[in-house]
Amino acid sequence: MLTFTIRRLLLAIPTLIFISLVIFLLLEASPGDPLGDVPLTVPPEVKEKMREALGLGQAWYIRYVLWLKQFFWVEPLYWFDQAFGTGFSDGMQRIISFQSRSPVFDVIAQRVPQTLIVVGMSYLVGVMIAIPIGILSAYKQYSWFDQLGTFVSMIGFSMPTFFTGVVLIIIFGVKLQWFPSVYDTTLEVRDWDSFLAQVRQMVMPVAVLALYNAAQISRFMRASMLDNLGQDYVRTARAKGLGERTVVLKHVLRNSLIPVVTVIALGLPTVFGGAIITEQVFKVNGLGQLLISAIHANDIPMVLTLTFIFAILIVTFTLIADILYGVLDPRIRYD
Amino acid sequence: MTETDRQRALNTAELIDETAAAAPVTSELPPEDPVQSGAPPRSQWRDIWRQFRSHRGAMIALILFVSILLFVSVGPLIWTVDPTYVDIRARNSGFTPAHPFGTDQLGRDILARLMAGGRVSIAVGLTAMLIAIFLGSLIGVLSGYFRRLDAPLMRLTELFLALPLLPLLLLMVTLFREPLSQSFGPAMGIFILIVSAIGATSWMQSARIVRGDVLGLKEREFILAAKSIGTPPTRMILRHVLPNVLSPIMVAATLGIATAIITESALSFLGLGFPPDFPTWGRLLFDAVDQMVLYPSRVILPGIFISMTVLCVNYIGDGLRDAMDPRIRGR
Repeated sequence: MLTFTIRRLLLAIPTLIFISLVIFLLLEASPGDPLGDVPLTVPPEVKEKMREALGLGQAWYIRYVLWLKQFFWVEPLYWFDQAFGTGFSDGMQRIISFQSRSPVFDVIAQRVPQTLIVVGMSYLVGVMIAIPIGILSAYKQYSWFDQLGTFVSMIGFSMPTFFTGVVLIIIFGVKLQWFPSVYDTTLEVRDWDSFLAQVRQMVMPVAVLALYNAAQISRFMRASMLDNLGQDYVRTARAKGLGERTVVLKHVLRNSLIPVVTVIALGLPTVFGGAIITEQVFKVNGLGQLLISAIHANDIPMVLTLTFIFAILIVTFTLIADILYGVLDPRIRYD
Repeated sequence: MTETDRQRALNTAELIDETAAAAPVTSELPPEDPVQSGAPPRSQWRDIWRQFRSHRGAMIALILFVSILLFVSVGPLIWTVDPTYVDIRARNSGFTPAHPFGTDQLGRDILARLMAGGRVSIAVGLTAMLIAIFLGSLIGVLSGYFRRLDAPLMRLTELFLALPLLPLLLLMVTLFREPLSQSFGPAMGIFILIVSAIGATSWMQSARIVRGDVLGLKEREFILAAKSIGTPPTRMILRHVLPNVLSPIMVAATLGIATAIITESALSFLGLGFPPDFPTWGRLLFDAVDQMVLYPSRVILPGIFISMTVLCVNYIGDGLRDAMDPRIRGR
């Protein structure tokens, strides 16, 4: 198990480097020019100077290695300095956004909480809804509850999140006026009233994402429960005289959760991707919104760093899912 | 008298006569299918169709999907209003006989725009799916069949699975929109770009499924038999392997249409899809969001079309999967 983990960790490094190279080259091959908005009256020499100042003067491989160094060496050092008050990163250049001329990671750090609260909450709610539904619809297979659950989850992952979001805004934001349709990120939770306001504005984005996640996870939960309900050990447990509750909620549920847990881990990074759309609908200024505005503004360092962070999330959670699978199910052997 | 004695008693001429004569012809041939004689011949596809028909949801979905297809393909022949015709005096009209679904802020007919948009959306879905399925089955079959290619191709698949797809798609579309629209025209350029971008980033699942099935098939006797009579690898794959992995490919293809349609409309919704005068369902939804408070129907109609199409395709995929699973089909 340990060797497997180490091997997978080592394999993740070339994967990540390759992905960063792909993203970098994609950006490099693009015809977009970060100086495209500079007026034509600016003389070419000055433009060349500006280009140098943005670090665009060198060959692409030098810039790529430089970016790698900044990402993996300078930034961690900087955060280390921040945490312990040391001065290792003095004089080192951090990754600078073309758009705001401030370090990319500072901007990201401002945006992360919004995304994490909304996305994390919605994933949690989605899982909490999905697991009981999956259990019940597998236990009563082909009952009306199961049929309804299948239908709702089919609808859940057929409706794109931007459509459900807009419909919710029309119904609850405009017609009923229950919830605000725009997410106010300047809101600070200080007392009970502001807490309520925060909850109210989170209801809709969380509901949209939770519905989408719950639809997928409940299908997995149902399939996994069905696989286990027919097993011999279930019959044995019943024959021993265990109550139906113990059989289903202890014996079957624990075994069925093994594949579902890995699915949940695997799905988490894609939720961040999907949140790009939901954030756009509800005007949450999180990471997704940051990425889109950076793409529009040709802000190469920001786009590169953000996309790479998404890639790191995917690789990490795939790794976690693989390891979890081995830990939870001793029958799985990685040799 | 035993058979040997009887033969010995016959003389040579008689013996030749007896053995050379045609085999005795019975009046009736034995039935080819002793169990179901009289019933029409059974083929695999007929069985699949029979099983598919018994899946009620999938049948309803198929009918709905066909009607949506008719709506976008035959519809413009019946409802001949030009979707790009701007009639500024009739703008923002409600549901009237002249404009059954109303008009938008420039007075363009929503019904005609829905038809035109659906045509593009479904065309994108189908084409992107074809590209993804082609790539997926090619890579899956190659890595399953040739052991030497297996490891590198599967590494490649894993690499692609680790890519953050939506951000990359957004990037690709923004970066290469201009050069492609210059060389192929604005509409065609974006179409090629979106279709190939979606196709190139969604083949991984089908490649994995196909590879697994091919690996299983390779151990079967008929493959061994075909190999032992010297079938070359190309014919081997085309004649023996591919037909046998067709069912998972078809299921993956159906589900692929759904993902492609959703991805395209998501791109359009983020404002990075087709140009404004070139409607797709996602684009119509995006354009209507600004005025959703006043005219909610303009948002809801394209949204319903997207969701309905995707729902139908998903149900059809579900039914196909059940119908093609031989373990269920017997029941």
